Amino acid sequence: MKQTEFLKTVMPFKDKVFRVAKRLLVSTEEAEDATQELYFKLWKNRNKLKDYKSIEAFAMTMTKNYCFDRLKSKQASNLKLIHSNYQEKGTPLQRQVELNDSVSLVHRLINNLPEQQKLIIQLRDIEEFEFDEIAEQLNLQPTAVRVSLSRARKTIREQLTKQHNYGIS
Amino acid sequence: MELASIEKLLEKYLDAETTIAEEKELRNYFLSENVAPHLQEYQSMFGYFSTSKNERFTKTIQLKSQKVNWKWLSVAASVVLLVSVYTGYQNNQQKKAEKIYQETQMAFGMLATNLNKGNAAISKLQYFENTTNKVFKQPKK
Repeated sequence: MKQTEFLKTVMPFKDKVFRVAKRLLVSTEEAEDATQELYFKLWKNRNKLKDYKSIEAFAMTMTKNYCFDRLKSKQASNLKLIHSNYQEKGTPLQRQVELNDSVSLVHRLINNLPEQQKLIIQLRDIEEFEFDEIAEQLNLQPTAVRVSLSRARKTIREQLTKQHNYGIS
Repeated sequence: MELASIEKLLEKYLDAETTIAEEKELRNYFLSENVAPHLQEYQSMFGYFSTSKNERFTKTIQLKSQKVNWKWLSVAASVVLLVSVYTGYQNNQQKKAEKIYQETQMAFGMLATNLNKGNAAISKLQYFENTTNKVFKQPKK
């Protein structure tokens, strides 16, 4: 596979890779490194890419695996620290400011979901993949994807409703 | 769009049974101005999804490894080591040669002074002979 051909096939989904990586790794720098690393890996395996039905799905699976590995690896302890710092509620004033910003609230709610649900929400509601595609990328049954997604959406909805009512009363 | 059908879609949405097209419909509804008050909590959710979608990877991707190639580094290091050992050896040889040269110089110097001592003795001898010649006139040949 030539470089131009390679770039034509893999570049269209670089933003998706980046966003998924960022969803899982939280930090932008980490996500950028992950994207870079992933494309480097794809380039090294460029001759094998033809064997895959969908290169995009393959790349997504690779992204998922890479990010999970990163989270499990030693550096993950650092990441976890950032992550939990992020969840810290801080002073009441700070909290209030954060709550007012409902978009950042949704961001936090999604980040608090289990890894799998987080990933599925990202793939479905932000990247707009079909259930079959997500199932293939995550090596799951389509029904399992639906169940996880439904759970994730309901969790977010519940939390949002709670916050919403709290704001009114 | 009718409120009733939106509510029905939301129900399906929470059970993860909507299609991509239906989800787009929902998104468009919640991004529009007139959202029913009891559904407002969904607004931030769909708003978040659509803003997240706009996030871009802005850095340029490098396909060549930016990591230092350790293999080549080791080759370079071994070359440097070889060169330094070689020059060190050369230096050492030269120093040894200089030392030997100096020792020889010294030995020659000693030899020369001793020879000069001998020369002086010989010149005295010559003087002695001259005097002898003066005292005892030599018959002419």
